[in-house]
Amino acid sequence: MSAPNKSYDPVEVEALKPEEIERMRDEALAAFAAADSLDALQEAKVAHTGGTSPLALANREIGALPPHAKAEAGKRVGQARGAVNKALAARQAELEAERDQRVLVEEAVDVTLPYDRVPAGARHPLTTLSERIEDVFVAMGYEVAEGPQVEAEWFNFDALNIGPDHPARGEADTFFVQGPEGGTESGVVLRTHTSPVQIRSLMERELPVYVICPGRVYRTDELDATHTPVFHQVELLAVDEGLTMADLKGTLDHMVQALFGEGMKTRLRPNFFPFTEPSAEMDMVCYVCRGESVGNPDRPCRTCSSEGWIELGGCGMVNPKVLTACGVDPEKYSGFAFGFGIERMLMFRHNVEDMRDMVEGDVRFTRPFGMEI
Amino acid sequence: MRVPLSWLREYVDLPATETGRDVQAKLISAGLEVETVEHLGADLKGPLVVGQVLTIEELEGFKKPIRFCTVDVGQANGTGEPQEIVCGARNFSVGDKVVVVLPGATLPGGFSISARKTYGKTSHGMICSSGELGMGDDGTHGIIVLPPETEVGKDAIELLELVDEVLDIAVTANRGDCLSIRGVARETAIAYGLPLRDPALLDVPGPNAFGYPVRVADPVGCDRFTARTVTGLTPEARSPIWLQRRLQKVGMRPISLAVDVTNYVMMELGQPLHAYDRKLVQGAIGVRRAAEGEKIVTLDGVERKLHAEDLVITDDRGPIGIAGVMGGANTEIADHDDTGDAANATTDVVIEAAHFDAVTVARTARRHKLSSEASRRFERGVDPQAAAAAAQRTVDLLVLLAGGTAEAGVTEVIAPSAPHTITVPADHPDKVAGVIYGRETVVRRLQEIGCDVYGQDELIVTVPSWRPDLAEANDLAEEVIRLEGYENLPSTLPKPPSGRGLTHRQRLHRRVGRVLAGAGYVEAPNYPFVSEQVFDQLGLEADDPARRVVKLTNPLNDEEPALRTSLLPGLLAALRRNDGRGSHDLALFETGLVFLPREEQRVAGHLPVDRRPTDEELASLDAVLPEQPRHVAVVLAGAREQSGWWGKGRPADWADAVEAARTVAREAGAELVVRNGQYGPWHPGRCAELVVVVDGAEQVVGHAGELHPRVLKALGLPVRTSAMELDLDVLEQVGDDTPQAPGISTFPVATQDVALVVDKFVPHAEVEAALREGAGELLEGIRLFDVYENEEQLGEGRKSLAYALRFRAGDRTLTVDEASAARDAAVALAGERTGAVLRG
Repeated sequence: MSAPNKSYDPVEVEALKPEEIERMRDEALAAFAAADSLDALQEAKVAHTGGTSPLALANREIGALPPHAKAEAGKRVGQARGAVNKALAARQAELEAERDQRVLVEEAVDVTLPYDRVPAGARHPLTTLSERIEDVFVAMGYEVAEGPQVEAEWFNFDALNIGPDHPARGEADTFFVQGPEGGTESGVVLRTHTSPVQIRSLMERELPVYVICPGRVYRTDELDATHTPVFHQVELLAVDEGLTMADLKGTLDHMVQALFGEGMKTRLRPNFFPFTEPSAEMDMVCYVCRGESVGNPDRPCRTCSSEGWIELGGCGMVNPKVLTACGVDPEKYSGFAFGFGIERMLMFRHNVEDMRDMVEGDVRFTRPFGMEI
Repeated sequence: MRVPLSWLREYVDLPATETGRDVQAKLISAGLEVETVEHLGADLKGPLVVGQVLTIEELEGFKKPIRFCTVDVGQANGTGEPQEIVCGARNFSVGDKVVVVLPGATLPGGFSISARKTYGKTSHGMICSSGELGMGDDGTHGIIVLPPETEVGKDAIELLELVDEVLDIAVTANRGDCLSIRGVARETAIAYGLPLRDPALLDVPGPNAFGYPVRVADPVGCDRFTARTVTGLTPEARSPIWLQRRLQKVGMRPISLAVDVTNYVMMELGQPLHAYDRKLVQGAIGVRRAAEGEKIVTLDGVERKLHAEDLVITDDRGPIGIAGVMGGANTEIADHDDTGDAANATTDVVIEAAHFDAVTVARTARRHKLSSEASRRFERGVDPQAAAAAAQRTVDLLVLLAGGTAEAGVTEVIAPSAPHTITVPADHPDKVAGVIYGRETVVRRLQEIGCDVYGQDELIVTVPSWRPDLAEANDLAEEVIRLEGYENLPSTLPKPPSGRGLTHRQRLHRRVGRVLAGAGYVEAPNYPFVSEQVFDQLGLEADDPARRVVKLTNPLNDEEPALRTSLLPGLLAALRRNDGRGSHDLALFETGLVFLPREEQRVAGHLPVDRRPTDEELASLDAVLPEQPRHVAVVLAGAREQSGWWGKGRPADWADAVEAARTVAREAGAELVVRNGQYGPWHPGRCAELVVVVDGAEQVVGHAGELHPRVLKALGLPVRTSAMELDLDVLEQVGDDTPQAPGISTFPVATQDVALVVDKFVPHAEVEAALREGAGELLEGIRLFDVYENEEQLGEGRKSLAYALRFRAGDRTLTVDEASAARDAAVALAGERTGAVLRG
């Protein structure tokens, strides 16, 4: 560090003269006052408080003064800069307030404008309803099982106690797959239900088995308002020691409560299926009228046609012959199973009036269902 | 099965107040699916009476012949004077007894009758046809002509049993016994706790040596054959009204007395019967399997070539009937009206009441596509013990109604068999139901359905002959549980072991759906049925493996016999359908199985069901099935981004399709390589080949891009339609669903932009890869932000790619020099690999 220049007279430093400092201060104050916008104030700020502003430059000169002169000059410049900063802050606040009053109002937009730049997509309700049902059972400890849609007849029929000559086999409206060289015999069909997945589950999994089998199935029905040759089922299978029909009933009750709300219940009616014995048809109480439309013409119910019950599907105790075909000891294990169509449930749960709406892929139908139902 | 309540009441004393709806409810809870209750004559109101035609005046000058009649209705019209009636029917003559509806009456359908002027006369009522009375088809299409002995003035509502209720029951495949009034009556009696008057309990003479000769060569196919003969039938005899009415109510058409009687007894007892014209049967009746290629003309007039498994009824000439399915034309009974010649009318009949093997009948009916009332019953199980009674009932009715004489000869051929018994623990039903019924209840319920029950803890149950469906312990459990009421079962929840939730694959399917829907795609699941022409429309090469399809023998639509090998045909059809319906800005997706046949096609074998097939046997089935991988596909057309107040929109294009593939791959955690490719439906210059590395080897898993203009034209699709399809299963297989967290540096970023000029056909992916590698580990990210082509500035066939490179170190602030050195290294490697030069 060099020694101070003792011969240097501060009075001789032009920029540090009191009148000069005052002039710089006044010019800054005038510039701030004249700034009529935040942008203009920003310019004035740079000009009068920035690193190359007159006051900043004057400040630099102080270091060159002899010690006795430094204090006075420093005080003079400091006071001036203080006044400038204060004025700047005041003007800044003034202009911001003005902006808040005026400019932000001017910038107002119409927030009701639409923004459908990329319209929302959606998943098909058959997919999401199936998942919803799966989730009910997954939460109980069941696992989701899947299998092929083009299936061997043995899995689709024989193992389910529907032998080659069983009347039910002829009634199944089956699509048959061509055999080698276009022959009619292949032993392969489009699965008519998801029950073959139950068979595969029993074959492949360790006991006890608790699975839910959703998926596409095929029957030779022409497409119309209430039929479709390709539709979706969810089937459930539980095989364990000591399972009873009461367990089946309780599981069904739980499902309809989970899907349709508290207080829902199911009803079983005797029926016949080769793969279950005993077998039953299952109904659920109408979730709309809860049965109150029955015999009450003043309150008709469209959902259940005032029957009070909605037909769901079939169920029963797994036929011991089916267990035998899967290598499960029917003396030790018993099981229950049920199955129903997703299309039907979608129809009555969401007021779909025509089956064709579910199969044609019209985006107007699917969009409202969003991601989950 | 249609069951008139009036007929049912003949065997069960139901309370008089019990309605069809009441019986329906009882039977439904017992397990018979009573679908509807038809209320016959619900809105019918008299007077409806028997009249006798006194005079007929033919009215001339009208478009159709019209008759003006006077009819004696006795005192029914209050005056006793002849009733004047205009009638358009012509099938009656003076003296005939007819049904007359008088003014003031209401016919079915709410049709009120009053005197009215017509054809210049006043008609005081109508002469009725069976259709007008809601009786069903009687085959005449004219008015009803009653038997001459009918009393004039009698109430016809009662006479014709016009008011009744008919239960329509959908009988399940196991309950052949309920394809009869007898069977339904038995269920009704049990449901009401009332006794049953069994119509099959008849006095039947024992067999003897002088009945019509019958030789059963196949006792497995036919374990029982009863033959009875009735002679001297009056050819003119008609079925009485009550019999005709019952047949009509169960849905059959009265034909002739002998046929009506056999049908009636079949409906009553469930035993199919056949009546042969004895004069036309030559020699003994036989039962045997057909010779391959043997022929028969069945009653429906069709000549049928028989199969060696078909069971036939024969006489000396050959087949005279297909056992349990349909009789032959050569022994058909003929009534007086058929022949118009009394000499040829049938007067002597041989009645067959036999029991045929269910499987044999089922196969034959299926083979010849010939389902009859008889075959439906035999397939589902007929009570073998009812044959003799049914034959007796038929004989009795023919004697009573046709003045015939029963011959004393009774033929019965019976293969010995033991009744079926089941041993079952007395608490088995309790264990199946989860309810304690107790032994006493179990035994009582089994006895109610006709079982003989012995034993204490272990029950020995002999099932009744009419319930061949009761074969196992669970069948008996079901009987007990249903009779005790399914509605009384408690509701309990089992306790499954803890599950593992959805599988990786299942979660991926859901994620893919969500992420595509989130990107604006709408899911459109399609039928898998395709035509083979669609592969031509898609521009596939002749040897493209996607042309190998699984085909159906019985497609719904002959144009679409194949199963899809790609999701595109269905998805593109859905796109076209939406476009046609006015939705033009479309982004659709589908995930679903495609079906790829095996190299070698084989037939799936028959495996046993009395044990678990071996793993080899099971594998042999799976080896026949086509491969069924899950694919995902998207299609796009119109605007991807809409125009709006924010500015211009953007059409969907190839890049959206490729991005959809990247989106799916990201969800799968799979490294997807995108490179230029060429394949079938895609525009050759705008097709991306999608590749993953499986076990070290590259595998093409799909394509994406804009479709070929020829394909768009062939399929009628909007211009610039774009599409993507990928094998989701392979992506799932190579994907990694446990992403690793990167280290996050908090030191400042140093950004460097470079513009590189390369040959126009150098893919960006190669330039970027070189830049990445050359930049080294300081590179945090790289992004292509501009592509620029300008011949004047860059030269012909050149393009400029502008990249923003972001550098950052984990342990210090990078200096400008460090960042620049990394950038220079990146550019240098890009130059070496791709010929890229920095744009000046």
